[in-house]
Amino acid sequence: MTQTRSLIDENGKRTDGRTGDQLREIKITVGVIKNADGSAFIEFGMNKIVVGVYGPREVHPKHMALPDRCVLRCRYHMTPFSTDTRKNPAPSRREVEISKVMREALEPSLMLEDYPRAAIDVYVEVLQADGGSRCAGITAASVALADAGINMRDIVSACAAGKVDDRIVLDINDTEDKEGDADMPVAYMSHLEQVTLLQLDGVLNEDQFDQCLDEAVKGCKMVYEVQRKALMQKYFGNETELKEEQ
Amino acid sequence: MSSSRRSTIIVEHLRKQQMWDSISKGKRLDGRALDEIRPIEIEVGLIKKANGSARVKLGNSEVVAGVKVETGEPFEGLENKGALILSAEVLPTASPYIEPGPPDEETVELARVVDRGIRESEMLDLSKLALIPGEIVYVIFVDCSVINADGNLFDATSYAAVSALMNSKLPVFEIRDRKAVDTGEKQNPPLTTVPVSITAVRIGESVILDPTAEEEACMDARITITTNSDHNFAAVQKGSTGAFAVEQLKRAAATARIKGEEIRAKLRESTKAGK
Repeated sequence: MTQTRSLIDENGKRTDGRTGDQLREIKITVGVIKNADGSAFIEFGMNKIVVGVYGPREVHPKHMALPDRCVLRCRYHMTPFSTDTRKNPAPSRREVEISKVMREALEPSLMLEDYPRAAIDVYVEVLQADGGSRCAGITAASVALADAGINMRDIVSACAAGKVDDRIVLDINDTEDKEGDADMPVAYMSHLEQVTLLQLDGVLNEDQFDQCLDEAVKGCKMVYEVQRKALMQKYFGNETELKEEQ
Repeated sequence: MSSSRRSTIIVEHLRKQQMWDSISKGKRLDGRALDEIRPIEIEVGLIKKANGSARVKLGNSEVVAGVKVETGEPFEGLENKGALILSAEVLPTASPYIEPGPPDEETVELARVVDRGIRESEMLDLSKLALIPGEIVYVIFVDCSVINADGNLFDATSYAAVSALMNSKLPVFEIRDRKAVDTGEKQNPPLTTVPVSITAVRIGESVILDPTAEEEACMDARITITTNSDHNFAAVQKGSTGAFAVEQLKRAAATARIKGEEIRAKLRESTKAGK
């Protein structure tokens, strides 16, 4: 990753006009797929991602079933029209890896032991990709799992932090991801205070590493508020504000 | 599609209990301290047909890596740089649980995490490996084969790939009539730093380094951290189905810097390369 131009102007504003500690706009709608047991649609900056959850349901093929807990299956997939140059619809190595880290980010939040011999399938479809689609995908998937009524220990919220122009900033966008110095996606359970996903590419020194991690966790907590509001909106509708006051 | 799986090796409940008891007292079943890395053996240049090679044994885990150099087109968006392509394969010789076939998600992750450590630390200065920018560049293949798997394949594979690159001599290509021609001469690769990967796993409330296969079967969560020669972090990957507290991660990062330096000295010594 080589820097070709300045990504933060003299007023501290980033390429999309945000300050260093500001998230892109996030909008989550719950229950968008009628046939699914749980679903969510997230708009995270320019990301548009739909997540459908099916299950707990019978496992096919049957030999994959686990006797003492539920099988969680997760697929992260990008539609061919989601990127600048058309993406081949066949799963890439990147998607295989993201599917895996996504499953591992969600699994600690779920009480899989409550559904032995069953499967829960999480399908994450990226309709439009901006930077940070894995974080947006995890965020939406956790909401969709809650919408499906799966027993959970906590909601998983995800957000990246990174280094741009030698500064640690929150929620890296596409340009900053491609031209910036470092990107650290983090998933976090706000109540249990546990990190369930941590990746980094790009160079950070010791202080920057700690600062980046703290900043990303702060971002996850902000994302959590949006997730909570979206779920409240679906299940309590206009009473949401009343509940908030109580 | 990524799916929850049974642990690859089955560790009996009694053995697991024994492991937990032992680890909580600060000692592991093989007698190591919690932050002790198994003995490392490195042999370089064993494959004469390759441009560079290394065989690394990390305890009983064993990986052979080979570097092959060709010329070809650059990657899209990286027109002025040489291309680095890293692959990893866990051979069916490696354990009774491995079967031949296309790579599963664990192997894809292994290759991508090792690649990320080398790429993001900019170990190779790829900008020095373009012949005609945008048209013909050096293509460096680093292929890693795990021949025996006893845990911590991330670090073992990374050490093998890095050692093979440090051991390599690249052919000198010349451009004649807009074609790359091998001059028969050799050159040192443009190395800038030595990335070192350190993997830690959490078992209960303890975090241990360099897990064996048995320990991996009992782990709650894993973290792989790659540092460069300046002791900065270049790549991180959390794995497995558990979680970490923020403080545990910061401590693991600090440990990776200290232990990384010990391993780096070892890699330099074994390959007799500078930087």
